[in-house]
Amino acid sequence: MEDIKPQLFKVTIDGIEVEVEPGTTILQAARKIGGDVAPPAMCYYQPLKGSGGKCRACLVRVAAGSGKDPRPMPKLVASCITPVQDGMIVENSTNEQVLTTRKAIVEFLLINHPLDCPVCDQAGECDLQNFAFNHGMATTRYEEERRTFEKQDIGPYIQLHMTRCILCYRCVYTADQITQKRVHGVLGRGDASEISTYIEKAIDNDFSGNVIDVCPVGALTDKTYRFKNRVWFTKPVDAHRDCPTCSGKTTVWYRGDEVIRVTARKNEWNEVTEFICNTCRFEKKKTSDWVIEGPTKISRSSVISANKYRADTIKPDFQKKLAAATYTHVDDERDTSQLGIQQLPPERFAPVLPHANDPEP
Amino acid sequence: MTETPTTVEFTPERLTIAQEMIARYPQGRQKSALLPLLHLAQEQWGWLSPEVMDYVGRMLDIQAIEVYEVATFYTMFHLDPVGKHVIEYCRTGPCCLMGGEEVYDYLKQKLGIQAGQTTPDQQFTLKEVECLAACGMGPVFQIREKYYMHLTRERVDEIIEELSR
Amino acid sequence: MGKKILLEHIDVPGIETYDVYRKQGGYTAVEKALKTMSPDGVVEEVKKAGMRGRGGAGFPMGMKWSFLAKPEGIPRYLVCNADESEPGTFKDHYLMKNIPHLLIEGMIISSYALGANKSFIYVRGELMYVIRILEKAIAEAKAAGFLGKNILGSGYDLELVVHPGGGAYICGEETALLESLEGKRGNPRNKPPFPAVKGLYQCPTVVNNVESIATAGWIVNNGGDAYAAIGIGRSSGTKLISASGHIKKPGVYEIELGVPVEEFIYSDEWCGGIRDGHHLKALVAGGSSVPILPANLITKLANGEPRLMTYESLSDGGFQTGTMLGSGGFIVFDETACVVRNTWNFSRFYHHESCGQCSPCREGTGWMEKVLHRIEYGHGSMHDIDLLVDVSKKIEGNTICPLGDAAAWPVASAIRHFRDEFEWHITNPSEATKPGAVFKGDMALV
Repeated sequence: MEDIKPQLFKVTIDGIEVEVEPGTTILQAARKIGGDVAPPAMCYYQPLKGSGGKCRACLVRVAAGSGKDPRPMPKLVASCITPVQDGMIVENSTNEQVLTTRKAIVEFLLINHPLDCPVCDQAGECDLQNFAFNHGMATTRYEEERRTFEKQDIGPYIQLHMTRCILCYRCVYTADQITQKRVHGVLGRGDASEISTYIEKAIDNDFSGNVIDVCPVGALTDKTYRFKNRVWFTKPVDAHRDCPTCSGKTTVWYRGDEVIRVTARKNEWNEVTEFICNTCRFEKKKTSDWVIEGPTKISRSSVISANKYRADTIKPDFQKKLAAATYTHVDDERDTSQLGIQQLPPERFAPVLPHANDPEP
Repeated sequence: MTETPTTVEFTPERLTIAQEMIARYPQGRQKSALLPLLHLAQEQWGWLSPEVMDYVGRMLDIQAIEVYEVATFYTMFHLDPVGKHVIEYCRTGPCCLMGGEEVYDYLKQKLGIQAGQTTPDQQFTLKEVECLAACGMGPVFQIREKYYMHLTRERVDEIIEELSR
Repeated sequence: MGKKILLEHIDVPGIETYDVYRKQGGYTAVEKALKTMSPDGVVEEVKKAGMRGRGGAGFPMGMKWSFLAKPEGIPRYLVCNADESEPGTFKDHYLMKNIPHLLIEGMIISSYALGANKSFIYVRGELMYVIRILEKAIAEAKAAGFLGKNILGSGYDLELVVHPGGGAYICGEETALLESLEGKRGNPRNKPPFPAVKGLYQCPTVVNNVESIATAGWIVNNGGDAYAAIGIGRSSGTKLISASGHIKKPGVYEIELGVPVEEFIYSDEWCGGIRDGHHLKALVAGGSSVPILPANLITKLANGEPRLMTYESLSDGGFQTGTMLGSGGFIVFDETACVVRNTWNFSRFYHHESCGQCSPCREGTGWMEKVLHRIEYGHGSMHDIDLLVDVSKKIEGNTICPLGDAAAWPVASAIRHFRDEFEWHITNPSEATKPGAVFKGDMALV
């Protein structure tokens, strides 16, 4: 019936009008429009209650607070936690101040983050890499020492490399909200904060592996998969199995005929749609374990989506740097054409990626 | 996994205080007593070992990591063993204007240690802290609950001598 | 100009005890409020007084009170912010230590006005000895019937809890303070919701500074209009100023808002002037986070009129030529002070105290400190100065809480007014790094 529908709010973002339910955040409204209108999010994660507000990547300008009170908001606001008002006008990719600030946020996130995507296992599916590529500068102004940590195993399946962490708190919320017991957290303060268990402890519960999927960077990685492959050489398929612990709905990642990893399924915003158990994730690595549904639709923000990092989209400075770099050539018969990464052939990573020199099995 | 046996316990007097502290907060909000209990624990043991933090966590029925997260956030808690007297000197602007840096250099030289270190005889630990809210009386340091103000080299000599006795 | 509201009885021997405080007229305001006024009546008087919050932000206390949500069946809380940690500020420490009952009396009146039955005083943990003084005062007040059940037969119940912090400047930010009071890390919350709607334990909460709450008794006794008559315009009442640095008489002074800055610095009633043989070089008027002013902008406004100790006059000229009253942490620098070193020192403070939750503050404060350290120790380059300005701009306004701004302003203002001193450090590293070396250029001294 027409009259029991909640009254929708009209919001204009980057000149595009959208109708959303009251209580919707600016970010969610912008995602409804999609494309460049959706602000980047490094800490906000829709499935996790309480997430957001921290990284400041999604700051936008509210040019008019609402239809009733059209005054602009004095500061940029975090779109992920700011609810819309009826008649609100928001500027995201159309506002110079927003874009300048976003560039600054990339810079802040990178000053203590290693600039070594080629050796990082997350490369190709890293939110920070995408964020930096889309919004960052090609050079760094940071001359000081970066903070570094030793890699640490937290249990048999997960490796923590704190050096790469951007303190989004997603893994903390995950442990709080989908596991019975949380043994890791954010310790210390300021830029000395770290994700840790304090005393050496394994994160061991049925759902611990989900912290890997929610991690926006290469700080928490799957030890059963680490450096087995580059994500763009893999073929993800949606699959399921009858699992007594979780829904059993996963994405199974193939290299040739071999299952090399299993993850939760993600939506186009790189958010897990259903958390999965450790058995599905770490122990079911045979095709016979799974009922294959079909190819996974790849997130728009992933490097393995079509032509994400094509040379003609690469900024001039970056291209110059690429041209200046020397790479050893390795023979690689793999067909990567369908993945659209031919502009950044794998041999470019050879000097820093030991297994790239390994002969094919 | 086996639990390590727990020998850590508050003295009977402190246990009474601890229970009184927990009771100050509304029902179901006992986690609020975490900072007061950590202070009480540090008063008893001098520093907060993981065992002590675990004990406090059990008293409040919260997870151990919640205690670690808090104890590492606040700078008053010593997470490693310290000497008998912990000298916490203010390194912030107003104290420095009053000659703080010179006095602290003298203090370090006198004790033969740097900030963050403990003398070999375990008598003194030096800790650099930020503003202690006594700027008009600087330079200032604090030992346990006591503020020592208007510090000079001579005052430092007197204080160290007094405490060494 | 000698009106005293808070420190009137500061010199009376034994004023820290209930008996002496009572003899000086203490707790009569509680009697008046509970026996003759409605809670809303108290709120009305505080609104009329026009008193602006004394913690630093200067938001009118009466207005803050009137925002408090009052849903049926949900407790409301009053929390006193006694986490005084802003460098240069030590007035609350002084007040609580010397006249604890003034705060207790203010807490009872304020709690009554807000309908709170359990109120908290969050004191920075370093002041454990003050916590013990407050706890003793609370016990005395309770024994005298001013706390507990059915106070003075009014049917109103109140319990006061003193809560120690653990060493974190950020807990002076009201939502970080509430997190801390809940036994968590002092990470400021995203706002909205504001504490007035969802504060302590997700219940409606008011957080006020010690000095603000301590004033409530006087306002009840004398009326909001009488309070508003003191001071100038929107800067009504008196203010505690913590004076430190290179002056003859550092200490805590209660002034009527409106005293000329020049008089405050040079009069024997207050700071007593710059220490002998030295000259005024710079001033941080309201705690380390407010912009530093050079000598030529301290006592006079741009239009030549005298600058006054009010919220408006101190901020006259915006950040180009003005500053802020802030918390009243009045730090005076003579010509022996090195602005670069002091800026690095303050920057280190904010780096150390950043909670680390949001990226501009977590990363930016550390970056600024490192660059300033480099300049101070003779390894700076000219582009570092612009880099600092740029980084400070990118922190400012983009963080969850005001700590980002507090870290950015001292750096930006020091460069704005003392750029030549920074340049001198960079171009003369061997000279500048000698112990005690200070830029002598053509800076204006008063």
